[in-house]
Amino acid sequence: MKLSEKELEIVKILEKDARTPLDMLAKMVGLPVAETEALVKKLEEAKVIVQYTALVDWRKVDGHEGVTAMIDVKVTPKRGVGFDEVAERIYRFPEVTSVYLMSGAYDLSVVIEGRSMSEIAQFVSEKLSTLDSVISTTTHFILKKYKHDGIVFDQGDQDRRIVVSP
Amino acid sequence: MKPQTRNTYVSKTVAALKPSGIRRFFDLASGMEGVISLGVGEPDFVTSWSVREASILSLEQGYTSYTPNAGLLELRQEIAAYLRRKFHVDYRPETEILVTVGASQAIDLALRAILDPGDEVIVVEPSFVAYEPLVVLAGGTPVAVQTTGADGFQLHVAQLEQALTARTKAIIICSPNNPTGTVLRPAELEALARLAKEHDLLVIADEIYAELTYDDGYMSMAAVSGMRERTILISGFSKGFAMTGWRLGFAAAPEDILQAMLKIHQYAIMCAPTMAQYGALEALRSGERDVAEMRSSYRRRRNYFVSSLNEIGLPCHMPGGAFYAFPSIRHTGMTSEQFAERLLIEEKVAVVPGSVFGQSGEGHVRCSYASSLEQLQEAVKRIKRFLARL
Repeated sequence: MKLSEKELEIVKILEKDARTPLDMLAKMVGLPVAETEALVKKLEEAKVIVQYTALVDWRKVDGHEGVTAMIDVKVTPKRGVGFDEVAERIYRFPEVTSVYLMSGAYDLSVVIEGRSMSEIAQFVSEKLSTLDSVISTTTHFILKKYKHDGIVFDQGDQDRRIVVSP
Repeated sequence: MKPQTRNTYVSKTVAALKPSGIRRFFDLASGMEGVISLGVGEPDFVTSWSVREASILSLEQGYTSYTPNAGLLELRQEIAAYLRRKFHVDYRPETEILVTVGASQAIDLALRAILDPGDEVIVVEPSFVAYEPLVVLAGGTPVAVQTTGADGFQLHVAQLEQALTARTKAIIICSPNNPTGTVLRPAELEALARLAKEHDLLVIADEIYAELTYDDGYMSMAAVSGMRERTILISGFSKGFAMTGWRLGFAAAPEDILQAMLKIHQYAIMCAPTMAQYGALEALRSGERDVAEMRSSYRRRRNYFVSSLNEIGLPCHMPGGAFYAFPSIRHTGMTSEQFAERLLIEEKVAVVPGSVFGQSGEGHVRCSYASSLEQLQEAVKRIKRFLARL
C-alpha cells in the first residue's frame, strides 16, 4: 500500500503516541478533523495500523511475577512451506510474544513470557522441543529490561533548560 | 568603602548599554513554581548520544590540549563539506573557515573585524537581542530597519535602502529569524544582494537556524550569485544539532575578512573548547538522521501550536523556520510587556515580550514551541483562559 505524505505523517505520529487527540493530530498534519479521522480509519482498516497498545513497566506492579526468555531455535524447513509452517505452530501459543526468522547461526528467534522460569522450561521441553521440525533450542532469560521498542524504561526526562533565554 | 564610587570604573559605553529585557522575565519566572515556559530559546532535545559519546571518547583518549586557533583542521574540512552539501557554497577550510565559541562569538568577531568608529550597521528588526549591543561594543552605530507582522515580517529592500548613509558598512540579517521564525525568500535575498553590490556593503548572515526550515528549500545568503565575496556566513551547532551548551559555532568568509577575525580570536579566545570540537566533528559526520528527526518533530509541534494560537484568538503567521511563534497581542490593548507579565503571574505561562527584540516586535510575544506536546497543550489551555478573562 502506498501512503500519501499526510498518511505517512499520521502513522509516524501515532506510532510515537497512539493517544494523540484527533484534533491535535489534525492540526499537526494540517488537515480538517473529519478528513484526518477518515484517514486514520482507512489506515486501521488496511491494517497498516494494526493495534493500539500500552507499554507497561510490570516491575512497578507489586506482586507481579513474570519472566521473559529469548529462545534460539534451529529447525528443518519443509519443502513447499519453508519455515512458515513451523513458525506458525510456534506463534500460535499465546505465551509466545514474538517470532522472527533470523539470518545466521539459528533459524527462529522466539520470545516467550511466563510466570516463572520453570513454566518456561516446561514450555521449551514439552511443547517447543517436541515439534518435529525443531532440531535444537537455546534459551536465554532476560534479567533486566533497559530499553524496549525504542523506549527507555527509567527515562530521566526533566527539563534542564533555564526558564527564559534569548 | 563607598560602593557608589565603584560604578566609575565601568566604561561609559558599557554603562550606557541597556540590560537585556529578557533578564527581567528570567528573574520573574525563575522564582515561580509550576511555570510552563515558552520563553526558552533552545531545543528541548538533549544532544544526540553519538555526539556526546564522541566527546567523551576524546576526553578518555586525552585530547585535552589546545587546537589550532581556527579550530581542528578536520572539523573545518567537515564544515566546508557540510556547507557545500547543504547550502551549495564553497569555502577553503584552511583559510576561510573559523570555529568559534558559539555563533554569538562569530558575530562579535565579524563586527570587530570590519568596523571603524562611527561605521553604521543596519540591523533588521525584530532581531536577536545581541546584535545592537555588539555593534556598539565594536565601536559602530546600529541603525534599525523595521519589518512588520502585517506581511509576516518579510524584508523590504526598498525600505532598507532608505536607511543607508555614506557610513553604512554592513547589514545583519537572521534567517530563519529569531524571534519571528520568518525565512527570507530567494527573491528578497536577490534584491538584498543587488543593494549590497550597488552600495558596496557586507552582509553578516546569521544562519544559525538554517537546519530548521519546514516548508520550502533553504537558500543561504552566500549562495546568491556574487554574494560570496561580501558575505560573512555565520552558523553553528546549537540549534539544528541541539548543542547549545557546547558553545560551538563557526564563520565562513572571504580570506581577508576571515583572517582579520582570526587575528582577534587568537588573542581573545585562543581556540574553541577541544572536547566540544570533537563532538561537533561527530555531529557533522553522523548527525544528519538525528537532525531530520528533530526537524519533523518541530514541524509537527509548529503546525499544532500555531493553528491553536490562531484558533484561540492570537493571530499568528505560520513561521517557516526556527522554533518560535510570534503572535500578535495588539487587540488586547496591552503592551507586549504587560501581556507577558500578566500571563506569567495569572496563568504561569512564560513568553517573551516582543519589545525586547526591537521596536517592531511591540504588539507581539515570542513563544517557543520547543516543548513537549503535553506542555504546549496545557499552555494553549491557559492562554485561552487568560484571553477569555480580559
